[in-house]
Amino acid sequence: MLHFRITKRQEPLGAGGSCLVLLSALFLSLLLSGFLLFLRGTPPVDGLLTLFQGAFGTKWAIEDSILKAIPIFLCSLGVAVAFRLQIWNIGAEGQFALGAIGATWIALTFPDWPKAALLPAMIVAATVAGGAWGMIPAILRQRFKTNEIIVTLMMNYIAILFLQYLVYGIWKDPTSFGFPMTPEFSENAIVGKIGTTSINWGLAHCLVLGILVWGFFKYTRLGFELKACGDNVRAARYAGLPYDRLVVLVMVLSGALAGWAGFLEASATVNRLQPSIIVGYGYTAIVVAWLARLHPLSIGIASFLLAGLRVGVENLQLDLQVPAAFGGIIEGLILLTVLAGGLFTHYRIVRGKT
Amino acid sequence: MRLLKIMGMIMLSLGFCAASLAAKELKVGFVYVSPIGDAGYSYAHDVGRQAVEAMDGVTTSYVESVPEGADSERVILNMARKGYDVIFATSFGFMDPMLKVAKQFPKIAFLHCSGFKMAENMSNYFGRMYQARYLSGIVAGSMTKSKVIGYVAAFPIPEVIRGINAFTLGVQSVNPEATVRVVWTKTWYDPATEKEAAKSLLDVGADVIAQHQDSPGPQEAAQEKGVYSIGYNSDMSSFAPKAHLTAPVWNWGPYYVKVVEQVKNGTWKAESAWPGLKEGIVGLSPFGPMVPQAVQDKVNKAKANIIGGKKVFSGLVKDQKGNVKIAAGAAATDEELLGMTWFVNGVVGTTQ
Repeated sequence: MLHFRITKRQEPLGAGGSCLVLLSALFLSLLLSGFLLFLRGTPPVDGLLTLFQGAFGTKWAIEDSILKAIPIFLCSLGVAVAFRLQIWNIGAEGQFALGAIGATWIALTFPDWPKAALLPAMIVAATVAGGAWGMIPAILRQRFKTNEIIVTLMMNYIAILFLQYLVYGIWKDPTSFGFPMTPEFSENAIVGKIGTTSINWGLAHCLVLGILVWGFFKYTRLGFELKACGDNVRAARYAGLPYDRLVVLVMVLSGALAGWAGFLEASATVNRLQPSIIVGYGYTAIVVAWLARLHPLSIGIASFLLAGLRVGVENLQLDLQVPAAFGGIIEGLILLTVLAGGLFTHYRIVRGKT
Repeated sequence: MRLLKIMGMIMLSLGFCAASLAAKELKVGFVYVSPIGDAGYSYAHDVGRQAVEAMDGVTTSYVESVPEGADSERVILNMARKGYDVIFATSFGFMDPMLKVAKQFPKIAFLHCSGFKMAENMSNYFGRMYQARYLSGIVAGSMTKSKVIGYVAAFPIPEVIRGINAFTLGVQSVNPEATVRVVWTKTWYDPATEKEAAKSLLDVGADVIAQHQDSPGPQEAAQEKGVYSIGYNSDMSSFAPKAHLTAPVWNWGPYYVKVVEQVKNGTWKAESAWPGLKEGIVGLSPFGPMVPQAVQDKVNKAKANIIGGKKVFSGLVKDQKGNVKIAAGAAATDEELLGMTWFVNGVVGTTQ
């Protein structure tokens, strides 16, 4: 009788093979999505084309997708740094919130500073606030052996409540009829747009930071130590690597990057602090980091694609009146098939007789 | 190559079709903050949209579950680019994004619900829901035995605070000793959290639960405990038939049809509209069978009075500390109502 068996590959699948697996997984998820569209009476090909059109089909669509990808990319880059060391930072959401708070504090306190001083000061405040928020769970982990997954997750709620406390209280715009929002930032505190596009200069920040993180892991000794520790903690400790200090370092870096995203969201897109700035980028970042296998360039691509998916789903709603929940379903399908496809990197299925 | 040409022809002809259609049909877009399946706020707006859809020469569409930050600007902008003639954005957080887009598209009619900013081509509108809440307060005040009424509140913003105050004034008009206990969920739509919040109110002895969120969670909590409830947004009685006394509800259809008609005729002008019971934009859903006729009569009488011009917020009204906020014989102005950040006497809770 014929049987399917899963056996371990001698060598992990190469780049070409991995790519093929990824593409098949994406294709499978789109096929399933198309089938779901068909089930609810929407022509599947039309539906997927409309989705694509809304995400990448026009200049505007691409700009929108890039804009939306910026905060996702930075948060994801941050969590990927921590994940490299097998430190599970689920707290990008809170670190993002703290970054937005830090930037807002500077923007509201020194609105008249020239742009060249104000924006850097906002970035420093955002990264310090985000980094400090990331450092707390790292230190708790060392001192009290707490689990960083739980602590970072819980600290998200604290951060968001703190943000709400500020915008409902001392930072509330007196002219907003009691609605929770800070006054609009001064012109100098706003990151501008690139040329005539709708994309802000945050894209350039992303490129620079992405390259820095990539170079850090590739060319610096510290980056190498991080990777080594992540691969095998015990061996690394035996080799005398300062594991505990590295944990603090990655959590600070991770938090700082998420904080930077918070700064860009507050400054470039919303132009003020308000509770609705929190839309779950910190959690999306985790999905993106895993889809991209923690590699900076792949994170860039995955952020853009996922952002495009979310933008495109709006088009699908508008033109074909597909419910918003459909976007979440496609997202889930993609994550599921791609991660499941990862099995084929190290294993293969053979058909044979028992 | 040939395939490309054919594709191009098809695209072009499709484009022409779309263009010629657009010339005839008025396109109306709606932006909702939550899914329309919520049976609440967005659902009520969508019922209004369907009334517009039924008009001749008008097509409508909508995008639901739009977050209030940068995402809403993109959605509104896309509608504008796609040639929508009228765009309704139905949540407070859409105000600034809509204003930005309105400046770029002077020929499109923009209408924003629940905010306060205006432009040449952007109206703001809302309904005087507090009038209907006052009426529902009369029902709650008449039905409570423990004299403790629970109110599951959304966010501490003037709209919600105004609603709680009006409700409490309604309660006190028939039951001066009753208190209204408030808990904030800081959510608009989170069935589990809102149900839990209702349970916490039941635990302190509330025997009528009112709510401001879009989910029927609090209704279910009341039904499970065997007490009464007041819904919101739309008739929620199907979720809690034994508990549901009535609900202050939205009826957007007449207003939306009126606005779209005006845009069609070219008579539309940006305005700040705040219609209420009189215009039929807000009202009460049908009473449950447990509401005695005497109570129903009382409510209908109060309703007739408000339609006749009686103000809900008229003196003497004191705040929680006993300070006089509205003097005897005076009435709160619309500006005061829009910026209301204090609770009336008889509310237990803080506005934080």
